[in-house]
Amino acid sequence: DDQTLLTIETSVPFTGHNIDPPSRSVETTPKELLTFFHDMSLMRRMEIAADSLYKAKLIRGFCHLYDGQEAVSIGMEAAITKRDAIITAYRDHCIFLGRGGTLLEAFAELMGRRAGCSKGKGGSMHFYRKETNFYGGHGIVGAQVPLGCGIAFGQKYCKDETVTFTMYGDGAANQGQLFEALNMSALWDLPVILVCENNHYGMGTAEWRAAKSPAYYKRGDYVPGLKVDGMDVLAVKQACKFAKEHVLKNGPMILEMDTYRYHGHSMSDPGSTYRTRDEISGVRQERDPIERVRKLILSHELSTASELKDIEKEVRKEVDDAIAQAKETPMPDPSELFTNVYVKGLGVEAFGADRKELKSVLP
Amino acid sequence: MTVRDALNTALDEEMSADPKVFLMGEEVGEYQGAYKISKGLLDKYGPERVIDTPITEASCEINQIEAGFTGIGVGAAYYGLRPIVEFMTFNFSMQAIDHIINSAAKSNYMSAGQISVPIVFRGPNGAAAGVGAQHSQCYAAWYASCPGLKVLSPYSSEDARGLLKAAIRDPDPVVFLENEILYGESFAVSPEVLDSSFSIPIGKAKIERGGKDVTITAFSKMVGYSLQAAEILAKDGISAEVINLRSIRPLDRATINASVRKTNRLVTVEEGFPQHGVGAEICASVVEESFEYLDAPVERIAGADVPMPYAPNLERLAVPQVEDIVRAAKRACYRLVPKSAAA
Repeated sequence: DDQTLLTIETSVPFTGHNIDPPSRSVETTPKELLTFFHDMSLMRRMEIAADSLYKAKLIRGFCHLYDGQEAVSIGMEAAITKRDAIITAYRDHCIFLGRGGTLLEAFAELMGRRAGCSKGKGGSMHFYRKETNFYGGHGIVGAQVPLGCGIAFGQKYCKDETVTFTMYGDGAANQGQLFEALNMSALWDLPVILVCENNHYGMGTAEWRAAKSPAYYKRGDYVPGLKVDGMDVLAVKQACKFAKEHVLKNGPMILEMDTYRYHGHSMSDPGSTYRTRDEISGVRQERDPIERVRKLILSHELSTASELKDIEKEVRKEVDDAIAQAKETPMPDPSELFTNVYVKGLGVEAFGADRKELKSVLP
Repeated sequence: MTVRDALNTALDEEMSADPKVFLMGEEVGEYQGAYKISKGLLDKYGPERVIDTPITEASCEINQIEAGFTGIGVGAAYYGLRPIVEFMTFNFSMQAIDHIINSAAKSNYMSAGQISVPIVFRGPNGAAAGVGAQHSQCYAAWYASCPGLKVLSPYSSEDARGLLKAAIRDPDPVVFLENEILYGESFAVSPEVLDSSFSIPIGKAKIERGGKDVTITAFSKMVGYSLQAAEILAKDGISAEVINLRSIRPLDRATINASVRKTNRLVTVEEGFPQHGVGAEICASVVEESFEYLDAPVERIAGADVPMPYAPNLERLAVPQVEDIVRAAKRACYRLVPKSAAA
């Protein structure tokens, strides 16, 4: 049945820095693998649909897609609870889904509609879901790392026995504020895991051109680190479970997720000028996170190829339905311009561009 | 009561009232604060709530880590704590301005009210003496131009206590601009001010001295200068009304305009740079709302439009003096011909 325990080896061993790595044998169940397959396929489909919506000019501004990196979000969620916190940068759509957000909320936000997860006021880079401890969605490279350490500070202060995963890319990994925050987190034993999603390109800059040492899991020096195959959802799960236990007792840890983004950095980057098409298709063939799970499911005979195709068809329909629904939802009411500036607006007047024409008392 | 004691007691009482309030910053613990504002708090509340952020070298050249600890403070506020982040001076807040503006001020809006940021950023602001261009700057206009922030600047001990308590209790991010030179000054306070429940409403100015001939607006140290100027003006038969702004954002436009409608004349005073300054905003407000009441051009007294020079003679020229305020008020009252017109 679907709760039978299966033990599966990770694709490659973990590499530890200042720490003995966890075992390569990961426990899972048929049900979990099928859920992984469904959820990752849903994320993949959502991002591909977002690409089309962007090209159809229904999504504006910046838009950073996560396809290729799905195993990081899904594996992480499988190891933790929604009481644990996550904060990330601007490649946030799938992290939001992983935290329990809906497709409708995601697409509505991308299209700037009032049904969006931030009521259309945040946009692609500013998804949040406070009820499941998802703290965004941050547009400034690296800024979310100290913020995540601060959330972990709050967890420790409140004795909540929960942890924070603060995610950043290989581009942000060389930022000064990361090391400032990591130093303090280590001094104060904060329950924070710095998750470096190394997709190997900071925008169009290959990691080796940006970092003297691209071994990001070692960059914490005195802080232990683990290098993880971020394309292997079970390896991610194992690493995150290990890291959570470690940081609750000992303070921070770095997880370097070796991953890959199929899309360019953002919609304005075709993603093919600084890397070859062969490189991208090679990763798709050999390391794709969804295909890896598909193979596992088939080799263990947990489902058939056609049943998996049906799941993919169902996912496609879920996405199409959500887009259709999102398109029907209205834009935010103009009065929303003046809401949420403050929690407590103190009855202050705020002004539109022409203050004789448009003004409002802040709620 | 000194302003220092006013701030210290306000911190103490608010920490005692709410266990989610904590203080973090460089030297706030063991060293009791660079300006001793946090004196005794480490002993009373322990290292969990009075948190020293590391500095590598405590001399005049400090390796700052503001971006890191300010981000940590803002993150803790996301989680529901009520951090008070102390900057050794607001000049160092430049290292962290990204977190103040982008991480603190905008989160409630971007998240449509999900992520509020109840945090106070405080420390000395503006010109100290002889510390040169990079350590002498008023940030009132900078932060006050940003929606989502509240910006307070106390003058007296009453202000310091009441406004700091209000800032700590407020659910939004507050930038709290103190003044190093005022820390040691003593002000008489009423028993009401000493009550632990005391606080001052954010967004309301205080008329420090009533008058009928000219309105002078000021905040922080310049309130004291303006009061001195008002004394001198009184001897010349000019009755000046001095408004202590207290809150730079929200700005109490109603009180300012009501005063100008009475006196028909306005002098704005601030230590910061003149261009796009607090005075410029007040001037715009009065032109918009009370244009027909003005009997004279608005006068602006501000810091000189140059980086702060080091030499004492130049430094004195770069910051407003009492005589500058007196002169401007007399011009506004047509008791003095402007220099350029006389020449």
